[in-house]
Amino acid sequence: MANGPLQIKAISGHAGPVPGRNTSNDYDVCKLVDVTTCIGCKACEVACLEWNGYPFRETVFDNSYQTMPDTAWNYYNLIRFNEFSDDNGNVSLLMRKDQCMHCADPGCLRACPADGAIVQYSNGIVDFQQENCIGCQYCVTGCPFDIPKFNPTTKKVYKCTLCSDRVGAALEPACIKACPTGCLHFGSKADMKDLAETRAAQVREHTSHKDAGVYDPLGVSGTHVIYVLHDINHPERYGGLPKDPHVPWMVRLWKGPLKWIGDFAMTAGIIGVAIHYIRFGPKEVEPDSSKPGGSK
Amino acid sequence: MSAAAVPHTPHAGEIERYTFAERIMHWFTAATYLYCLLTGLAFYSPHLYWLAYVVGGPPTSRFWHPILGLGFLIATLWMHAIWGRDMQITSVDKRWLANTSAYITNDEEHTPLSERFNGGQKIYYWLMVYGALFLLFSGVFLWFPEYIPRQAAWVRHVMILVHEVAALATIGGFIIHVYMSVFMVPYSMAAITTGYVTRAWAWTHHRLWYLRVSGRQG
Repeated sequence: MANGPLQIKAISGHAGPVPGRNTSNDYDVCKLVDVTTCIGCKACEVACLEWNGYPFRETVFDNSYQTMPDTAWNYYNLIRFNEFSDDNGNVSLLMRKDQCMHCADPGCLRACPADGAIVQYSNGIVDFQQENCIGCQYCVTGCPFDIPKFNPTTKKVYKCTLCSDRVGAALEPACIKACPTGCLHFGSKADMKDLAETRAAQVREHTSHKDAGVYDPLGVSGTHVIYVLHDINHPERYGGLPKDPHVPWMVRLWKGPLKWIGDFAMTAGIIGVAIHYIRFGPKEVEPDSSKPGGSK
Repeated sequence: MSAAAVPHTPHAGEIERYTFAERIMHWFTAATYLYCLLTGLAFYSPHLYWLAYVVGGPPTSRFWHPILGLGFLIATLWMHAIWGRDMQITSVDKRWLANTSAYITNDEEHTPLSERFNGGQKIYYWLMVYGALFLLFSGVFLWFPEYIPRQAAWVRHVMILVHEVAALATIGGFIIHVYMSVFMVPYSMAAITTGYVTRAWAWTHHRLWYLRVSGRQG
């Protein structure tokens, strides 16, 4: 767990250097969600609301165990249920705690135009700073997991903070604290990755889930929330977890080459007309030569 | 004793180039475009984010940018109602456009004569009309992204690209437009503001129009 104030290593919409870049020896933190031991009790959801001070949301019954269709601006994490039947007709109830994945390469931060509205701490937590948010929702466009949620009243976007306020004070996130089965773990990325791989091997060895594995997608340079899944080849069965998430290439194009080309073209245009003026000067008015004496 | 009565006749000997409605329309278009330009540039580049503070702060800019963008589209449609017919590209313009280099290098001798608007102005006009349409169409999707379902996320991606490319195209035209009117063609700012130009100005820059409206030809 991080000790002391969190260092910032990346800032959205920011020109110039970032204070905490390459200055911290803080290690990467990670939340491990072992879906094979999740019982869907939703204690993590309640703990999250308790810590963040939000009221419980109205539930929506849809003939399954699903409490409500989606996370919300004031509901950061939600257990997604899926009654999955395989080719042999065996039914399994898949459950996954869905929340911000805290990508090492966060698409939200790349897409955000507002200076300081999204920061990435050196321990890997990606955090929204609502006081700097302008409500444009480009973060929603940049996110491969569809996590940021807009509050139409405040015109700000919210998501899981990985309890940065707790982690900064050397406490584990609220959801971890509340989990009764030990399916949630928190620690350094290296430790959690180790634990996850050990658990996945155990599942492969002792159960019929021969494809159990660890979900830590490389398309976003890894995440600071990782899963142990029964079947690593089909993450989409767990409430639409993308198989190969990456920052949309359109967002990369827009925030990369197009920006350089646009900046260059605008600057060149202004310099160009200035040079033109110096070279050719203004168009002088000439008198009407068709009239005797001309006109004024 | 009274002062000699000098009758005050504004714009005596000058000719009207833009009516009052045209001038209001032009400056309404300019104001809405300029606001969208400044706020848009702030959202475009972190190095220009300070522009948002100049026009009321970042959240305020996010709020007004689409609304004034809608105003810009309305202004453009109004402009089209007034100038659309004048802006049709004719054989006169094609000749002018074929000799653009003469115009650019101030080579009056080889610059073809122009009507009320020259070929360059017409190209700029159509650039802005289509730019406004593309900007508003794509802008609506960026205005209310919360109504686009996750399955259609590609729509947001495409619209961002359309919005940016259309904006950059209009900025290119806008740089030239402002340069031409403020620096290159003296008295054109006065023309679009007061509405009047001298006969010599009209003769120099828009001779075919001048000859037509002064009843000397056509």
